[in-house]
Amino acid sequence: MLRWILGAREAQGTVEKSAALFIGEEQPKNCFTEMQVLKGHFDIVRFLVQIDDLRFASAGDDGLVLVWNVETGELLSELRGHMQQITAMTSYAYIKGGDTHTALITASSDRTLSLWDPDTGNRVQNVSDLQSSVKCLLVLDRLDTWVSGGNELCVWNRDFELQCKTVHHSDTGISAMVELPKNFIAAAMDREIVIFKLNVSGSDIAVMAMQHLADHQDTIRSLINVNDGLFASGSHIGELILWDSLNWTIQAYEHILWEESAGEGQSEVRLTNQKQVERSIQHMSSDGELLVAAVGSGLYVYNVPLKSVVAYRRIAHDSNVLHTMLQEDGHLMSCSEDGSVRMWELQDLPLPAEPASSGLFGMFGTFGRSSKQVCPPAKNLPEVSGLRSLELTGDLIGHSGAVQMFVSFKEKGLVTCSTDHLLIVWRDGELQSQLRSLAVLHKLEQNQGL
Amino acid sequence: MIGSPDLVAFTKEDDFGESFSDPLLLPEEFSVPLFNHTTNANPWTKTSYAKFSKDFILISEFSEQVGPQPLLTIPSDSKVCGTFDLNYFSLRIMSVDYQASFVGHPPGSNYPKLNFVEDSKVVLGDSKEGAFAYVHHLTLYDLEARGFVRPFCMAYISADERKIMQQFQELSSEFSKASEFLKLGNRKAFANELEKKLKDLEYTRSVLHKETELQKMHRGCYSTQAIEKANELANVEKSIYEHKDLLRQITSFPSRKKKDMDFVQCETEKPTEISAVDDTLMCNSDNSVKSVETESDNRKSTYTPQFIKAKSAKCFDKRLKTLEELCETNFFLQTLEQLNLVERSFRGDLCSIYTSQINRALLIKQRVTSFLFEAEADWKDETSKNFSISSNNPLIPILNLSGEPMSLDSYTPCVDVDRIKPSGEYIEVSSTSDITQETSEAADTETKGSFGSDKSIEVFGSVSPSNLQSNYLDGLERSKVSSTSSSEDQKVGKMSPKMTSDGSPPKVFGTENLVPMDPSCCIGQDGFIDEEPLPEIAQECCGDTVVNQEPLSLLHGDPALQMDYILEDSTLAGSPNMRLTFSELNTSGLSEEAARIHIEDVSDSTSYMSTSTSSDRAASPFTYGSALTLKQKKKAGHSALRFIRQYPFAHQAIFCLLSGRTLVILGSDEGTVRKLVNALLIFVPDLGKYGDTVQPWLSTPFQLTDLQRWKLIGLQRAASPAGSSILYSLNRYSRYISILDCDNKTLRCPPYKGTLINHMADHRTQIKRGSTYFLHVQSLLTQLTAKALLYTFCHHIHLPMDMNDQGSVTSRRTNFLLQLGYTVEESKIVQYLSELIKEHYIQGHSKGVFSFNYTTSYLYKI
Repeated sequence: MLRWILGAREAQGTVEKSAALFIGEEQPKNCFTEMQVLKGHFDIVRFLVQIDDLRFASAGDDGLVLVWNVETGELLSELRGHMQQITAMTSYAYIKGGDTHTALITASSDRTLSLWDPDTGNRVQNVSDLQSSVKCLLVLDRLDTWVSGGNELCVWNRDFELQCKTVHHSDTGISAMVELPKNFIAAAMDREIVIFKLNVSGSDIAVMAMQHLADHQDTIRSLINVNDGLFASGSHIGELILWDSLNWTIQAYEHILWEESAGEGQSEVRLTNQKQVERSIQHMSSDGELLVAAVGSGLYVYNVPLKSVVAYRRIAHDSNVLHTMLQEDGHLMSCSEDGSVRMWELQDLPLPAEPASSGLFGMFGTFGRSSKQVCPPAKNLPEVSGLRSLELTGDLIGHSGAVQMFVSFKEKGLVTCSTDHLLIVWRDGELQSQLRSLAVLHKLEQNQGL
Repeated sequence: MIGSPDLVAFTKEDDFGESFSDPLLLPEEFSVPLFNHTTNANPWTKTSYAKFSKDFILISEFSEQVGPQPLLTIPSDSKVCGTFDLNYFSLRIMSVDYQASFVGHPPGSNYPKLNFVEDSKVVLGDSKEGAFAYVHHLTLYDLEARGFVRPFCMAYISADERKIMQQFQELSSEFSKASEFLKLGNRKAFANELEKKLKDLEYTRSVLHKETELQKMHRGCYSTQAIEKANELANVEKSIYEHKDLLRQITSFPSRKKKDMDFVQCETEKPTEISAVDDTLMCNSDNSVKSVETESDNRKSTYTPQFIKAKSAKCFDKRLKTLEELCETNFFLQTLEQLNLVERSFRGDLCSIYTSQINRALLIKQRVTSFLFEAEADWKDETSKNFSISSNNPLIPILNLSGEPMSLDSYTPCVDVDRIKPSGEYIEVSSTSDITQETSEAADTETKGSFGSDKSIEVFGSVSPSNLQSNYLDGLERSKVSSTSSSEDQKVGKMSPKMTSDGSPPKVFGTENLVPMDPSCCIGQDGFIDEEPLPEIAQECCGDTVVNQEPLSLLHGDPALQMDYILEDSTLAGSPNMRLTFSELNTSGLSEEAARIHIEDVSDSTSYMSTSTSSDRAASPFTYGSALTLKQKKKAGHSALRFIRQYPFAHQAIFCLLSGRTLVILGSDEGTVRKLVNALLIFVPDLGKYGDTVQPWLSTPFQLTDLQRWKLIGLQRAASPAGSSILYSLNRYSRYISILDCDNKTLRCPPYKGTLINHMADHRTQIKRGSTYFLHVQSLLTQLTAKALLYTFCHHIHLPMDMNDQGSVTSRRTNFLLQLGYTVEESKIVQYLSELIKEHYIQGHSKGVFSFNYTTSYLYKI
């Protein structure tokens, strides 16, 4: 790109170009042509939570929770109180006076839990002196309770009163939780998934562990609900397991290996010789049918009903992918430690007869190799026919550090947060321009002329 | 730019032409009439017989001791006046002070009465000297002066009669401001003086009373001494009464005009500024002044009254107060500042003053877009306010260049509504031919009816504001009244804590002096009660300080005093580049503007001849905290001219700037980079008053937020670790920026197709002068801005037909721009400008949104 300036970096540049993707500067499908940088944090921003159509909260290692207006980029309130970094944050809708309010629950390394009112900026509730710091939070709307997961699992009611808790499990603690039907909760603890049951009798709630699912070979990195009947977990070594939500049996097992194929260029071989390809499943997202897994620096799209891989990119980013999102009509987004957000589109592959396709097919030798017999054998049959390609349609470059996560406000824009302490709101420039025009004409009318 | 004299040529057609009105013609009020070529080939030769080189301001006094004498000139440089006889001219201008500022014992009144007289404004001409003057008479109060008044006058002296006549309105309003400062300060000082005098008198009375009592005891009631003492006592009593009455009068100074509030407000709004000026001046001036100040602080509370002897000193024995003493130092300095401003703003030929006035008036009208490319005016907003054009009543006075005698009616003296003086005392217009004197020869004046003892001096009439453009001015005044009166109460309340809450007049002077207070007076009084009366103390220490020296005629005065004035002047002038030294230039009678053009011309063309040698000339205009002036921009025009000649990819670079893509100028040599930044400066939209959107030299890696803020960046190329991180940031944000590498002479940027920038930056242009090129660019940018304005405020292209109509809006917008004849790239420029206009219109400033395009860049080489 800037080789004429850089000179020395030329060699590396070519590697990058062949190894990762290079879309170039012409991005007609990328509508984000306007950005606004939001400053306010003093350390890594790790969490973004949407409060309503207009507002979102950001939190990170500086212990600050900031509430922003997505349209104007205005800082609405600063929620101060946590002494150490924030480890989890979630929104909590409750009904007060007939209206639904949205509050924020935050957990911090200072072993406190707080409930905030984003309208006023007040800390409504606070629990301190917990036995361990909370790593994840889960709101159970049906029971009007919420669950915090640390070294033990605690159940709280809306008034921040501890209802019950489990015994101390392990030092690694609960890293993720999902809600299952019939008041069950699946919690990821190191290599196991533990199923808890919440027994509700009147106003009392009791919790008990029902089952330990120990099918993963390594630490579970992500745990999500796919749809009403399935949930998925991904491990550090690329194991992706689909579980039945009701009887907790394995529905599908994929082991993503990202193995090298012989047809690749020399540079690539050298690269793999140097280091083991990262294949940890950092993040997953699903729309009930498709499931996207961030595997190392690659992306993996899985069709849940067909139990087959749809598309994949072994190297989608220059570094580990941290967050993914599935949008409608086969669009997806990913962000990575390399500081970029990339937008992808699932496209049908060209016909196999075309010469271009052979190279592409050569790229994937082994993937999704099933090693468990639970996996239906039918999977191998349509292996090639259902495959689509993941095409890069645009990238957003702005952050100078890893992009931790992003939240989409549909047409209002996309918010990204990063290690560089910044938040960026990306907007559709054309749409914004039209909105501004309307605002101008409105003001013109108010002023009755220029 | 708009109204450039050579561009705007509009003359009135014959009668038959009136039926057809060309829609493209400028409205009449914006037109600048052509110079009449038949009478004279060279427009400046007429002024050649004047004995001074350029216009100046003269302050004179009619001293009761020595008669009319000049006090000071602005600029104080003695070269300005040349051989012009200031003493003589002072005599002339003071001799027409017909103002009957009667103070003393009016018939039917027992006490001396102060008259609050309006200043009079007269136009005078002295054809023998080749001088014409706007003369502003005013009177200041002085307890020691005859009749308590000291007549002063300020005169704007020019060789161009038309300038005086046609700028009368502006001169009048500007000089009124200066006069208002003087009078305000004078009232304070006078009240202070009266108070002290009263204390003295009361002390004297008590002493006399004691003595009388003593004598009564010793010698009985009817001894001669006792009677004498009693008489003396009675005199003192009377005197006390008179002075109290005077004090009442001065403190209840009526606010005849709400307009005065403006000055009062603007004065009170910036007290820190005044004191700052004060401080700096104090440092520069004699130390004794400072010591006086500090001394006065101590004395404030403990003023020891003095015994006043029955017989006052002889008129010619006493030393008259200087102007500075008469009206406190702060106000005096403010006046000088104002007068300097006046002198600066009326410099140059009438034509250029017109042009700039029209320009300014038009700029005020287009606030929506003027922030884009227009240079911030050198003047303060406050002054430019006075030049606003009302659409119904053109500001520009009717020009009488055709040689026809102007009808008498237009200059018939008439009474200003709020003047106290009866109209009968106004001087008559001597003759019609005098008004149109510029068309006649100087020799003709001998035969004409003229005024005064000397035939060469004419009074053209005392033109009151109401007859030039009464409608316009009335409107202006009305609006001013309405705007000020609303804030008046609040202001007064703020400044005078003594004001009672219900708004009733405050009582200040004890029970025996229940004087209804006027708000404007209140403000003044607040000052003189709470503040330290400086001038009086200064006066007490007279004799051993420089300040108290009698002002003498400057032409023949002692050089030390002159130096003092120069010193003051330079501190007040502020920016030294505003003042040009004419020592190299012969005083050939060229007007100053012409001379200045000449200087620029010379320097420009020489540097044009040898571009290589002039590398040091293009100094960066950026000095932190100082506003970019038009002059600096014009100089930048010169660099820009060189840039477009040297670099074939100048078009692309300019395109980047105009379309809002940040241009980074990368180089290892700071001078080269700065020069390029300077050259490209004039193409940056929304440059900001201080050039906020430009970073001329950066040696640290830039951030994303910097791209949002700066649109033109000079960046250091270095081999250090910092340099590599700079390169990294360049690489990372390469899609948002264009990079001009001045070491390798390459430019990496998106392509540009179109003709617009070819016009703007033709490398074969015949334009040789930087300022001309700047104006050329400005005119094209103005056109562009007009299109952007049209695009922004055109309803039908932005309103969706229905809710789900976003796509059609986009296509309508694109088509609109294509119909305007813009290519895709030029459309981007208009769109960017339009976005800026929108943001500016909606919220008055930029929100900090950074917009960009995803386009491929190419590498251009020389």
